Amino acid sequence: MSTYSPIEDTGVGKVASGPVQWLDERLGLAGLAKKNLRKIFPDHWSFMLGEIALWSFVVLLLTGTFLTFWFQPSMAETTYQGTYEPLRGLEMSHAFASTLDISFDIRGGLLMRQIHHWSANLFMAAIIVHMLRVFFTGAFRKPREINWLIGVGLFSLGMIEGFSGYSLPDDLLSGTGLRFVDGLIRSIPIVGSYIEFFVFGGEFPGDLIIPRLYMAHILLIPALLLGLIGAHLLLLVYHKHTQWPGPGRTERNVVGYPMLPVYAAKAGGFFFVVFGFTALMGAFIQINPVWLYGPYNPSEVTAGSQPDWYMGWVEGAVRIMPNWENTIFGWTFSWNVFIPAVLLMGLLFTVLALWPFVERWITGDDRDHHLLDRPRNMPVRTALGVAGMTFYAINWIAGGNDIIALKLHMDIFAITWAARILVFVAPVIAFIVTKRICIGLQHGDRERILHGFETGVIERTVDGNYSERHAPLESDHQYVLTTHDRLPALEAPAETDDNGVRNPEGRKARLHAKARDFFYSGAVDKPTTLDVEEAHHHADHTGHELPQGNEFQGVSETGVPKEH
Amino acid sequence: MNDHDDIERAEPIENPGVPAHLPRPTDVDPKQERRAELQVSGMFGVAGLLALAFCVFYFTIDRDQTFLGWSALNVALGATLGSALLLIGVGAIQWAKKLMGDHEIIEMRHPVASSTEDRAETLKALNAGIDESGFARRPLIRNSLLGAVGLLGLPAVVLLRDLGPLPHSLYETVWKKGMRVVSDVSGTPIKPSDLEVGQLVNAEPGIIFETDADGERVLHGTEALQAKAKAAVIVVRMRPEDITPAKDRENWGIEGILCYSKICTHVGCPISLWEQQTHHVLCPCHQSTFDLADAGKVIFGPANRPLPQLQLGLDGEGYLIAMGDFQDVVGPSFPELKRGPKS
Amino acid sequence: MRNLSTRRRHPLAGLMVLLVGLLVAGGLFSAFAPQSATAVDEDSRKVEAGRQLFLIGCASCHGKNASGVLTKSGNNYGPSLIGVGAAAVDFQVGTGRMPLTNNAPQAPRKEPVYTDEEISQLAAYVASLGPGPSIPGAEALDYKNASEEDVKRGGEFFRTNCTACHNSVGAGGALPSGRYAPKLTGASAKHIYEAMVTGPQQMPVFSNAVITPEDKLAVIAYIKAIEDEPSYGGYGGGGLGPVVDGLFAWIVGIGGLVGVAVWIGANGARVKKQ
Repeated sequence: MSTYSPIEDTGVGKVASGPVQWLDERLGLAGLAKKNLRKIFPDHWSFMLGEIALWSFVVLLLTGTFLTFWFQPSMAETTYQGTYEPLRGLEMSHAFASTLDISFDIRGGLLMRQIHHWSANLFMAAIIVHMLRVFFTGAFRKPREINWLIGVGLFSLGMIEGFSGYSLPDDLLSGTGLRFVDGLIRSIPIVGSYIEFFVFGGEFPGDLIIPRLYMAHILLIPALLLGLIGAHLLLLVYHKHTQWPGPGRTERNVVGYPMLPVYAAKAGGFFFVVFGFTALMGAFIQINPVWLYGPYNPSEVTAGSQPDWYMGWVEGAVRIMPNWENTIFGWTFSWNVFIPAVLLMGLLFTVLALWPFVERWITGDDRDHHLLDRPRNMPVRTALGVAGMTFYAINWIAGGNDIIALKLHMDIFAITWAARILVFVAPVIAFIVTKRICIGLQHGDRERILHGFETGVIERTVDGNYSERHAPLESDHQYVLTTHDRLPALEAPAETDDNGVRNPEGRKARLHAKARDFFYSGAVDKPTTLDVEEAHHHADHTGHELPQGNEFQGVSETGVPKEH
Repeated sequence: MNDHDDIERAEPIENPGVPAHLPRPTDVDPKQERRAELQVSGMFGVAGLLALAFCVFYFTIDRDQTFLGWSALNVALGATLGSALLLIGVGAIQWAKKLMGDHEIIEMRHPVASSTEDRAETLKALNAGIDESGFARRPLIRNSLLGAVGLLGLPAVVLLRDLGPLPHSLYETVWKKGMRVVSDVSGTPIKPSDLEVGQLVNAEPGIIFETDADGERVLHGTEALQAKAKAAVIVVRMRPEDITPAKDRENWGIEGILCYSKICTHVGCPISLWEQQTHHVLCPCHQSTFDLADAGKVIFGPANRPLPQLQLGLDGEGYLIAMGDFQDVVGPSFPELKRGPKS
Repeated sequence: MRNLSTRRRHPLAGLMVLLVGLLVAGGLFSAFAPQSATAVDEDSRKVEAGRQLFLIGCASCHGKNASGVLTKSGNNYGPSLIGVGAAAVDFQVGTGRMPLTNNAPQAPRKEPVYTDEEISQLAAYVASLGPGPSIPGAEALDYKNASEEDVKRGGEFFRTNCTACHNSVGAGGALPSGRYAPKLTGASAKHIYEAMVTGPQQMPVFSNAVITPEDKLAVIAYIKAIEDEPSYGGYGGGGLGPVVDGLFAWIVGIGGLVGVAVWIGANGARVKKQ
């Protein structure tokens, strides 16, 4: 192995020192650099999910810029004279015609279009997976609430960005989606038709919506996304990343690898992997073949019309909604469209945004948290999350009800009715099941801390007693199992004070107490020091030795822990 | 809290500390190290070759060529680009995992909140600034400034007024009395004898296919699309005995031939999934189902209003014509639906 | 002269004259009548063969006279075939939809039970019951010689009339109550034409007066053109659109990349202390 000589002494370093000095005299970046070059990042796969979203965004910027060189965002009519024969001679918008040109006449154009669309789908999926990881591990708690809000903002902007993007080619499928949006805007109470005419610049479809969506898609929303992503990463660097509980990890440190070189190599390498993955998908799997849909025509439609997957849950909610519409004081309220398409989306983002604050109110926990929760240790939060996912999933499946009916030979009306019922019933069932599973896992953890794990070796005593030998867990593992907060002592506030005067905060305090009871109900607390001592005492009596520490080498055939 | 509680609440298992670093095979065995180095540089090398291959394929593969039923150019460009990128990424990660230093390092966290000194300094600076500006002491300046800046919001809003016209034509389409019902795409007019029981015709108003003196379409481009978005219709023929006409609309059909709007009253998708035996028409977007033998009533799905019907008549040459515009509002509902000329 | 005729009359003479006259007239007629005698025989043999096949395989649902069978509540058990024409039979039996083997929301396409000759006989029989659409000739189905203009026009007709049920690439679509519009891939030009003109089961009729035979040929040319063209962007996922794309994004994309992330974060092989 060659020894390392400091960079300032190498040939490269000597050449670079001039320019670096020049820059430093103008930018003074050494202060920043010294802090961050060896910044520590913990290493776990679940921390890379946000990275998938980040790198997908970079891929989107690169491939998107390529597409802007040829795409024409105009709805003015032209006659297609390009290479794709079945549509040659057809009247269509410039937007659709230029998309066909990119797909068939620009070399590499179809590849870039497909990479762009695949990374958009991946971007949204990664955001959701990352958000779920943050939720289930409690990483949104103080001091990271603002980062969570930024994330919710990124989620909602991402949906709009994707929608505006796939509507740009002005093909039959996305045009049908725009028609849906037209009806959606109309359903906004009182002002719906005004907003519709302002958005479309006249009657649907008009000739302004594609150029307007183009502006939103390449200028407005990417600028907002870039700003929010920048703030998101800045906060991450300032707060330092959270970490899983483990040996040597505390609330006051970060254990991991330095930015230069390990993290830079792994994260930078991951960027190339994400780009490579989407490029391979763009090479081998077709996506959004607009030439098969044809140009948008309000008298045409295709069976199996769905938006891209991340809008699928809204689509499903709209499909299963009953046909409620009524007129009050002469104003028509189209609840059948407004509730699932507008209110439901607003509800999702509001619930998501408020959750850290709701949990803070319930638990009363104002401490900084840098160690993550294992999901099983917060059974109600985990169960609520799974219930939310189930609600989302039922709507999502309902959005594809005609594809399911076709491929599985089922009755589409039956699927719709099943979804109408399940969308309320399934989340409740999911909550109950998940909470029970979490509590079961907690019981198992507690058992293993106190009594060790089951070795599978059965002993029979002289009296004919059968028992299974247990061996202690490694102390690293034991430590991990107990690094979570102890359950708080839950006391209901006094209704009246000593003199019989009623507590003015009484009702609110009672509600608070009920919420806290619900939130912590059933959770298994970690064992106390006394419990552990007693367990060891008991084990000693029965003749097992319980070595502590990291020298645990496993058990022999007869269940006796191996040692050197 | 007493001692007992303290013991209760103390951590049952002590923190064992960061585990000692165990070396990797590449740390102790030079042969493994060399092997890993070759692996990583090999991947980078192949990635470079693939990047060159991309350039070769770009200029040599014809746009018409296919590969296994796919576009050969797309597959070649994508496979080389994707693999090159993937190999660079995998190589970098393998380098980090196998060869870069992998000692776990501990860094202490700093408190997130600002220090008390910083807070005090900030307050001092803020107070000094506010005091010197006189913002707090001069309510006249302050309030008038806030008022002016607040009012500046108005031009920003007002400038958006011309985003679009005020809503118009919500209650009318291009259909007029005497306008022929013509087959879409071909533009040919329709005689009742052309239609059989169980037939569906996707039709448009005659004006869509009308040409002027120069042979140019009267309506084209955006105007044609806007007209079609409200005026597209379907013409269906059923046995007269199967039809229950709407009240006062018994004479709107001709020998079992009925004409309905093609635009769904839910959010406006065109419908033409007509089932000739059940007489139901299904919208593919959200599965609203209408019974065309029963005045277009909604029988399933999220649409609330029945499908609007167009009154048919015959012109002098025996072709189907409309007897006027729709009497119901076409397409999705809007808030002032019941306040206009029709409902 | 009266002596000659009175003595020559035999009691059976009149009968003999009649018989001779009939024989002469008949013989002259059959000798000099037009040769349609053999054609009429062949057609009617085909119809008769068809009728025999019909009685065995079809009459139980469609009735002995093909006039249909109603259930007790008045619903259609097997519809009347009078007037459906040869095209309907060629389509239904040629695609194996008929005979119906199971009770189902609609008759699925399957392996035909009858040979081509038998199908032609059945078609002839049903055609003889009443006028209806006939099987299209080779000229009406010559899509291979369609021009580019025809294919483009066929696409316009296809997107206006067909995609709402059958989907943009003919992958099929769902209808209420378990019914469906079947996929068009693998269907022959003749069967597509016949389906359009006869309107099988729930499919509407697209009569030749509204969608002319030339227009129908254009539609068939378009369907065949997109069936035969390469799937340019790669594997097409069955032409089912964004739902399948989403599945791929999750399973291949997220699944694969999370797998890579697990690999990145995993501890590699370690050397135990000696």
